Amino acid sequence: MIFSELYSAYYNTVARIIETAFTPGVTEKDLQQHVLENAFSESVLTILPSLKSGKWPLLKKDLSPVLKHAPTMPLTLLEKQWLKAICEDPRMKLFGVEFPDLADVEPLFTRDHYRIFDQYADGDPFEDETYIRNFRLVLNAIREKKPIQVTLTNRFGKEAWTRLVPVGMEYSMKDDKIRIIANRCKFRTFNLGRITSCEYYTGNGPWRLPPPRDERVELSMIITDERNALERALLHFAHFEKQCERLEDNRYLLRLKYYEQDDIEMVIRILSFGPCVQVIGPESMVEHVKKRLKKQIGCELK
Amino acid sequence: MAYSELIKKFDKIRAYMRDFYVYGFKSRVEYDLKSARSYDDERRRIESWLGDYMRFTKTAEGKNVFLSVDSRINRRNPFYKAWKAKSFTDGDITLHFMLFDILHDPSVKMTLTELLDAIDRLITDAGSEMTFDESTLRKKLKEYAENGIIQMEKQGRAVRYSRAGNVQWSQMADAVDFFSEVAPIGVVGSFLQDKLRDHESIFSFKHHYITQAMDSGILAQVFHAMREKRYITIENLSRHLAEVRSIRLVPIKVYISAQNGRQYLIALNDKVNRINAYRMDYILSVREEEICEKYGRLMHSFQKLEPHAWGVNFRWATYRMEHVEFDITVAADEGFIIKRLEREKRCGTVEQVDECTWRYTAEVFDTQEMLPWIRTFISRISRMHFSNRTAENQFKNDLQKMYRMYGVDGGEES
Repeated sequence: MIFSELYSAYYNTVARIIETAFTPGVTEKDLQQHVLENAFSESVLTILPSLKSGKWPLLKKDLSPVLKHAPTMPLTLLEKQWLKAICEDPRMKLFGVEFPDLADVEPLFTRDHYRIFDQYADGDPFEDETYIRNFRLVLNAIREKKPIQVTLTNRFGKEAWTRLVPVGMEYSMKDDKIRIIANRCKFRTFNLGRITSCEYYTGNGPWRLPPPRDERVELSMIITDERNALERALLHFAHFEKQCERLEDNRYLLRLKYYEQDDIEMVIRILSFGPCVQVIGPESMVEHVKKRLKKQIGCELK
Repeated sequence: MAYSELIKKFDKIRAYMRDFYVYGFKSRVEYDLKSARSYDDERRRIESWLGDYMRFTKTAEGKNVFLSVDSRINRRNPFYKAWKAKSFTDGDITLHFMLFDILHDPSVKMTLTELLDAIDRLITDAGSEMTFDESTLRKKLKEYAENGIIQMEKQGRAVRYSRAGNVQWSQMADAVDFFSEVAPIGVVGSFLQDKLRDHESIFSFKHHYITQAMDSGILAQVFHAMREKRYITIENLSRHLAEVRSIRLVPIKVYISAQNGRQYLIALNDKVNRINAYRMDYILSVREEEICEKYGRLMHSFQKLEPHAWGVNFRWATYRMEHVEFDITVAADEGFIIKRLEREKRCGTVEQVDECTWRYTAEVFDTQEMLPWIRTFISRISRMHFSNRTAENQFKNDLQKMYRMYGVDGGEES
């Protein structure tokens, strides 16, 4: 069962509090810090008061633990089943780690049980040896905060070389691609799948300043709730920071913030809703849509 | 009952969180139909768990509360927090920590009586008057055994209890970070992340739909039924009829959208012999029934249907398919458009007709499902032929409406 106190923020926080309570000279403030970091905003009213008052008799009056050992709990069957399931995912090879011994555990699900039906077909080659090697090198470089040098095929099909400090990786389920998030480099992201070689950088060349920040732009659109368009649009654009407001006559105003570099993708996504969604700002986006419609008129579709 | 930020059941909060996140324009009055206090309590809980993402706005209808999350910025799905808010009793938490302290190593094995004595000693040490009887402890041990964290071993007439063995998994920390956001029921990965110390995820996620978190419980039950090849009975909220219906099904596969985050259960409705798609977020409960003897045959038949589905609509018969064909204009330096067609097409074929024209052709169950995708090629569609004339007419009428809407047809902008 997923909804269980075994996984609760309270149990986890209490475990950390008791563990810290083994440290000589620990203060109430030290213990409270775990509540602030691991539980919810109103948990301060419950967790430590319950431990101090003996409602949960796990700490003595002097805040030392009643228990003899730092709290631990074995993995639950559910956790083992989920681990087993992800071990069977082909992308698991990227990580090159030894799998835990779960021979007697049934996976929570298999690839036969589900399908991502609208994922793009040109996803990254997750089982390709060079790709795996590059992934691991980048992962280690991020953890070790070390610079790397990469050779890649750019979107124009030309080979390019650059140095960068990788600070993270970004995965898109729709594109089924991983991008390296870079610092100290002209560009902010690089498709891992485009990289042909990747090594640590050990030279002393001068570094660029951080790449310019991706600016977010506010997009406003009117949704007319026909053919369930309201729900479709709100779910489709759900991953953005957004706000929806009811207007009149079955119409709604949706405002969201998207990254400027995704302009073209946003135009396409708006067009997919047909006349149920009308973009009203920014003006540049309205013009993008108009330009496409005018071009469509020119296609003389009968 | 006094307010608590913890909850006993998940169903009510599931509905509220979805409303606050997906819609966000409903005022308190619209939630007040049953109980104003209930709304206030749920809102306060969500604020306690997800205060950083909670926003407020004032409208003529009153104060609106909504959740706004840019899921590209957050490395961990904030909605998983709701699954970590299960309530418990004072006895539950005390027993939990004392049990695993006494059974601190898998080699420690004790009978029920020995455990009770050891717990009593700890409680006395704490200066507490709390007591546990045999029945409470036995029930808790049974529950923990079902969860796989306690092992029971019979020695003659006595049962000895010990903690389950340790599994070395911390080497998978990065993989757990990745899959907790990418794999189904990723909330379990989040439970594992909570056990890690001094570990930060390096992964972030684009086009990341986080509402699936709320359906994890239903999805886990569906997967369980699939593993056991069982019938299920679901309580399904019908959108059109606005009522809850009980439906008996054979679960076949879960279809997940990477483009809108919706999750569907594709299942056989035996009563009408139809394969239908049921939105996971509209399934209120799942009850497992008996084994389905024809499960293997059904899966085999379904595999033959899958290549003809654009989305989630299926039919048994593949001899009465809908023909979809459209041409687009592509300039010599626009090879990326051909690449787009190829990577996004899911089914069907792409062929070059002449120097500047490319044709997409497919036989599908439901043309209507394809219309949003075909609209993304607006600006270059030069010809179309759908056997479903209604769908083709709708597409063309919609285009006219869009021309008027943006004032590009020579008339006024609407």
